Amino acid sequence: MEVRVQNVRKEFDRFPALHDVSLDIHSGELIALLGPSGSGKTTLLRLIAGLEMPTAGKIFFGDTDASEKTVQERNIGFVFQHYALFRHMTILENISFGLKVRPRSTRPPNGEIRRRAMELLDLVQLTGLEKRYPNQLSGGQRQRVALARALAIEPAVLLLDEPFGALDAQVRRELRKWLREIHDRTGHTTVFVTHDQEEALELSDRLCVMSQGKIEQVGTPDTVYDHPTSPFVFGFIGESSTLPVTVENGELWVGGRAIGVPAGDATPGDARLFFRPHDVELVEADASLAGVVSTSRRVGGTRRVELEIGGAGHHVEVDLPFDHPAGEKTRLAFRPRRWKLFPAA
Amino acid sequence: MSAAVSTAPRRAWSFRQPSVIPGFGLTLGFTLTYFSLIILIPLIALAVRSAGLGPEGFWKAATDARVLGSLRVSFVTALIAAGVNVVFGTLIAWCLVRYRFPGRRIFDAIIDLPFALPTAVAGIALTAIYAPNGTVGALFAPLGWRIAYTPAGIVIAMIFIGLPFVVRTIQPILEEVSHEVEEASATLGANRFQTIFHVILPSLMPAILTGFALAFARAVGEYGSIIFIAGNIPFVSEIAPLLIYIRLQEFNYVGATVIATVMLLISFAILFLINLIQAWSRRRYGYGN
Repeated sequence: MEVRVQNVRKEFDRFPALHDVSLDIHSGELIALLGPSGSGKTTLLRLIAGLEMPTAGKIFFGDTDASEKTVQERNIGFVFQHYALFRHMTILENISFGLKVRPRSTRPPNGEIRRRAMELLDLVQLTGLEKRYPNQLSGGQRQRVALARALAIEPAVLLLDEPFGALDAQVRRELRKWLREIHDRTGHTTVFVTHDQEEALELSDRLCVMSQGKIEQVGTPDTVYDHPTSPFVFGFIGESSTLPVTVENGELWVGGRAIGVPAGDATPGDARLFFRPHDVELVEADASLAGVVSTSRRVGGTRRVELEIGGAGHHVEVDLPFDHPAGEKTRLAFRPRRWKLFPAA
Repeated sequence: MSAAVSTAPRRAWSFRQPSVIPGFGLTLGFTLTYFSLIILIPLIALAVRSAGLGPEGFWKAATDARVLGSLRVSFVTALIAAGVNVVFGTLIAWCLVRYRFPGRRIFDAIIDLPFALPTAVAGIALTAIYAPNGTVGALFAPLGWRIAYTPAGIVIAMIFIGLPFVVRTIQPILEEVSHEVEEASATLGANRFQTIFHVILPSLMPAILTGFALAFARAVGEYGSIIFIAGNIPFVSEIAPLLIYIRLQEFNYVGATVIATVMLLISFAILFLINLIQAWSRRRYGYGN
């Protein structure tokens, strides 16, 4: 099911949580709402679910206007960060709850409900646990039950609110892969909220990066990572280093020195240079960024050093091979291989 | 030697599990002393005193028609009152927890008043209101319903004194019941009615049971407020605590302790049963861990 969010605004007690947000979600895609806390991503998800009502704007499910519909009528599957399982019910009862509460006219017969619940239990790889209670399961298992429960009602859209937020790192990675598999198998239009950019990059077909109640950029993980359209997105997605520069004579200057980076068609004046710490090359040439190592630490297969550039106390981070001999006070010169210029704030 | 290596050193049976929290001896000792002085010794004295009659005499005193009548009145009215309190106490707790309205805090504070009010005052006030010529009693009098001076009056007095127990045990649990669970229920298509009866109430069950037990126990032991409103007609509206008092005035101390012991046994059995149900439901649903 296609979902269209049209100029939605949401205020809580006059405090705006979302400003005029529009988003098209394609049928069958897995889209991530990514942003820091307070960016409005959960609010947007809850608006789509119908757990909140927009102050202004509309939400369409396919061609029908869902804005006026209640949660119950929207037929969505919602997975909460803290599972929200019914703990007085067995796993099987939890999963079949959505079917059992249907009015008699649309409720499948009991045998059919049981069969479907068992099938879903199979899908989430928890066969044999149907008689357990939620408190007898681990966090990862509970979240899988929560997903099976949401899938049981054959939702038009599947919405997940930080589904892996309460789990430890390893379970998280496992479930991530597993969620992707489930999505590929069932093909539900899926929206999930996360503040973990790695999770969003790895899992989603498209990302929607949000900040302060606005959508900053929507695109595939590749587009968002390689071509961020705003300083916020560059800083939020992936590692980044930034430095104030001056654009002059078609070149970038730092502290009165040309750094050997062409300015392209940037307007002359102050600007901010963004680059990825791993996307640099060490050079000997004069026209380069030069700095003194202030700290150096090993990060996995590389060594990350912090350089102090010029006298103004600007710091940038750069990745070196782990066996690079640079220590404290070593002078290094480098040039970013890929970079992005944004107007100075 | 090899056998000694392969078997883990067997630890001697120990009275307590090792714990990092110090003070086990001190706190257990204090608990036992306190418990003995305040509860155990008086109760044992009661049992010993009543046992002075011998089994046959005890049985005869306990199965006296008037005693049985008073016990029936006491326990039946207390169960009814606790049942009523559970229903309306839950409703009140719900209202106080879930909605914000002017005067909520004052209302919240008033709930505790029956705790503080001398029970005799409560009894006199209730009698004045529910007597056939009282404000509320006058409304029912034309229908031929008498409230004061009947078992119905006893139930009302018991409801009055038991209400805070139910409200105060359910309130904190209800505050804790996660809003997310309700939302989950709604997203799965359940309407409000289904959410309340299939999701919220079952999760309140342990608290409701505790509230029931407390309100029931308080109602069984209540004396002061009831004797004013009950009318105290033997076999109809005479409660067991009153009969104990009457026996004492007759200097029939043994007779009084016999009634007290029987009351104690029945109350203990009922409370123990409620506790068992509760422990079972807690274990099953994993509350408190």
